[in-house]
Amino acid sequence: MDGQQIDRRTFLERGGKAAGFAAAALVGGALLHEPERHPFRALDDASIRRDLRIPDLAPMLVVARAADAAGSGTPARLTAAALEALGGISTFVSRGDFVVIKPNVGWDRRPEQAANTNPDVVAEVVRQCRAAGAARILVTDITCNDATRCFHRSGIAAAAREAGAEVQLAQEARFRDVNIGGAMLGRQSVYDAYLEADKFINLPIAKHHSLTRVTLGMKNLYGILGGNRSRLHQDIHNSLADLAHFVRPTLVLLDAWRVLLRNGPQGGSLADVEERRMLVAGTDPVALDAFGGAEFFGLTVEEMPWIGLAEARGLGTSDHASLRREEITI
Amino acid sequence: MGTPQRRWTRWRNARRISQGAFLLLFLYLLLRTNIDALDTPDAIPRISAPVDFFLEIDPLVAITTALTTHTLYRDLILALIVIVGTLFLGRFFCGWVCPMGTINHMIAALRSARMRGRRRMEQNSWQPWQRWKYGILAAMLGAALFGSAQIGLLDPMALLTRSMALVVLPAYNVLTQDFYMWSLHATLGPADIILTPISWVTHAILIRAERVVFDQTFVILLMFAGILIGNRFITRFWCRGLCPLGALLGVLAKTSILGLEKRPSLCTDCNLCTLHCQGGDNPKPGDTWHQTECHLCMNCVASCRDAGIAFTFFPKTEETTRAVNLTRRAVLTSTGAGLLAIPVLRAAVDPRRAPDPALVRPPGSLPETEFLARCIRCGECMNVCPNNALHPTLTQAGAEGLWTPMLMPRIGYCEPTCVLCSQVCPTGAIDEITEAEKAWVPEVGTERTTAPPIRIGTAFYDTGRCLPYAMAKECIVCEEWCPTTPKAIYFEEVEVRDREENYLYLKRPHVDPALCVGCGACTYACPVKGAPAIYITAVGETRHPHHRILLTDAAHD
Repeated sequence: MDGQQIDRRTFLERGGKAAGFAAAALVGGALLHEPERHPFRALDDASIRRDLRIPDLAPMLVVARAADAAGSGTPARLTAAALEALGGISTFVSRGDFVVIKPNVGWDRRPEQAANTNPDVVAEVVRQCRAAGAARILVTDITCNDATRCFHRSGIAAAAREAGAEVQLAQEARFRDVNIGGAMLGRQSVYDAYLEADKFINLPIAKHHSLTRVTLGMKNLYGILGGNRSRLHQDIHNSLADLAHFVRPTLVLLDAWRVLLRNGPQGGSLADVEERRMLVAGTDPVALDAFGGAEFFGLTVEEMPWIGLAEARGLGTSDHASLRREEITI
Repeated sequence: MGTPQRRWTRWRNARRISQGAFLLLFLYLLLRTNIDALDTPDAIPRISAPVDFFLEIDPLVAITTALTTHTLYRDLILALIVIVGTLFLGRFFCGWVCPMGTINHMIAALRSARMRGRRRMEQNSWQPWQRWKYGILAAMLGAALFGSAQIGLLDPMALLTRSMALVVLPAYNVLTQDFYMWSLHATLGPADIILTPISWVTHAILIRAERVVFDQTFVILLMFAGILIGNRFITRFWCRGLCPLGALLGVLAKTSILGLEKRPSLCTDCNLCTLHCQGGDNPKPGDTWHQTECHLCMNCVASCRDAGIAFTFFPKTEETTRAVNLTRRAVLTSTGAGLLAIPVLRAAVDPRRAPDPALVRPPGSLPETEFLARCIRCGECMNVCPNNALHPTLTQAGAEGLWTPMLMPRIGYCEPTCVLCSQVCPTGAIDEITEAEKAWVPEVGTERTTAPPIRIGTAFYDTGRCLPYAMAKECIVCEEWCPTTPKAIYFEEVEVRDREENYLYLKRPHVDPALCVGCGACTYACPVKGAPAIYITAVGETRHPHHRILLTDAAHD
């Protein structure tokens, strides 16, 4: 070996290779180098709000009733009549819209048990949106029980699909962490449909809940969140106001065909269900909750603190009597 | 009719097609073991495919559970097809049907320096360690004689189902879900336009939309990976040396009327038959053929250029042995070891209590002793569970109950109307129940459930962690989630004073043990992450009268 000379070519090839990798390592290290301590960047991004209301629309409240069991009123007809009274679906949904419809599909219960929104109400809203020329109609909810069972047993999967909607069970990949800019709620895991929709129709059912006494429209917004949403119970009223502030619906239809009076929000026993055969519709989510709580549960606005908090933020009026009201009986 | 060799090539191709078809069927049934899709028009989700097919045609599952329970549960009777077939034809199951064998076959077929030429030929000759599997079989049958279904640890159908369902499939989910999530959320600047088609593709290859996790994945993987890697050293090492089902079929194959006939006068000693042999059974004329080891893969006859060997019915058998070459003493020792292992394992467990208070079994599970007599740890219940609530135990069920199912409500609770685990259980360790028999939710049109519910445990509060008790905060998420009617969780309203001396009214929850079914929905939903403020233990489960809490529960016996 000794005395052996390497030729120039080998010297250049091997030396160049070593120098090249060394240079790459130096450049890479310099690019990746973080001289300060790891920056805290979790919560300071800009908040997002989704205001999907129709501008310059005078708020009104439509209260639709089906006369009695022998009459011709059905949940679907009540829905159609209420939309008609509000000025027709074309007031709210335009050709080409991406409409997200959010019924309450929280639990693995049948329609008679009144834990989920009536499937016929959902179907009628879907049909109307289709007639208005919506490009995409998505029916979705972040359920509590197993999503497949909830959507099946509630009858909502079948009804919404038959009416022409796309039914989407929550996909883990579709949640996004965004700052919803609330007083209580900052960064939350929100389902992406609510971030992308052109129109948002909230379809709650009126039912009992032990912490808030009653679940109405604003409580239904709980179902746009993933993550550890159970924590919201620690300050449920401010949380609900925050959610209502984050996404302001195009339209709210409160299903009260059957009302769950006890053992909410799941129920189970038919002894806890009262058939009220009603539907309330409007564009003011605060007034709607105030009316629903009073009408179906005899609660004052003071007994439903989230309503006052939402009103204080300018999301609507708790004085539902001040709105123009149309009463329909079928 | 072509040349003899052509004929055997066709048989080899038929075997390949059969292996591929059964492997695909296995994978298809594995994927059908869930209700994720919204494709059933029925309001009650059901499993419509015969997802237990491979476990039910497995003679070893049938024979061991027949030994432990003196019955053949449901479709385990299908195993008779394989038993009768093997008695006449030999181990066709190993070569033509078994998906575990097919996977081993494929891995062993990959070329490498170790797996070619003389070395391959030498390791393909019959080796004395191929007798090990008969010892394993004897030990497992010994355990079964003592009433324990330990066979599930090593039975290839149970092992493969468990490994695929609890390790491979979940890992596939992580891979595809993360890729899909990336395609939905990534920002590539001007290249964003390619993300939409990527998201279509990644969505199309998703099997499940939710993350499914399993405790112990790594331990189960070690065993499975070891079996697969063994093929890189010795062709189908597992099938030849360890598989207790292969051993059982080998014993049954002793009476086979189909066998290899050798024609030494036509043989040119090319050794191709031995080079391609899957079973390690010495097909070459001049060697002694081991009928009990042959998988009927047809490689030997298809590679023979000189018609020196052929499969025939009632062959001349000068060069055949039907012996498994295990001495009577070895058989007795192995059986005795399996038999005696069970009392040793049970001596560590007091039958009056579960080894671990958190051992909550799926609804419909038989009392523990009968449960362990049937459970083969195949993982079907864990695969089908829509809430990812069932997980394999490590020590919670004692050493005898390794990898049997256990509810882990922090990850998932027992869905009140769901009875899928009881439907898919191939051996009846979880007895098949209906929603009405489970009786956690009133049937439609009724105000209450009529039958007493099947309880799997009872909830207890850790008041040092529960928000209204320990931190003067509102919560009662547990009460919201409690599925029974009326709710097993009720609350008392109390006036409390917080740190700033404000007085506030809080609802403090309590459990009514007469109503609690132990589903664990409260634990699942509890916002106190880490250790929950409400937890489930098995006490109160209906399968054990001595696990009841309340005196009044005796009325349900």
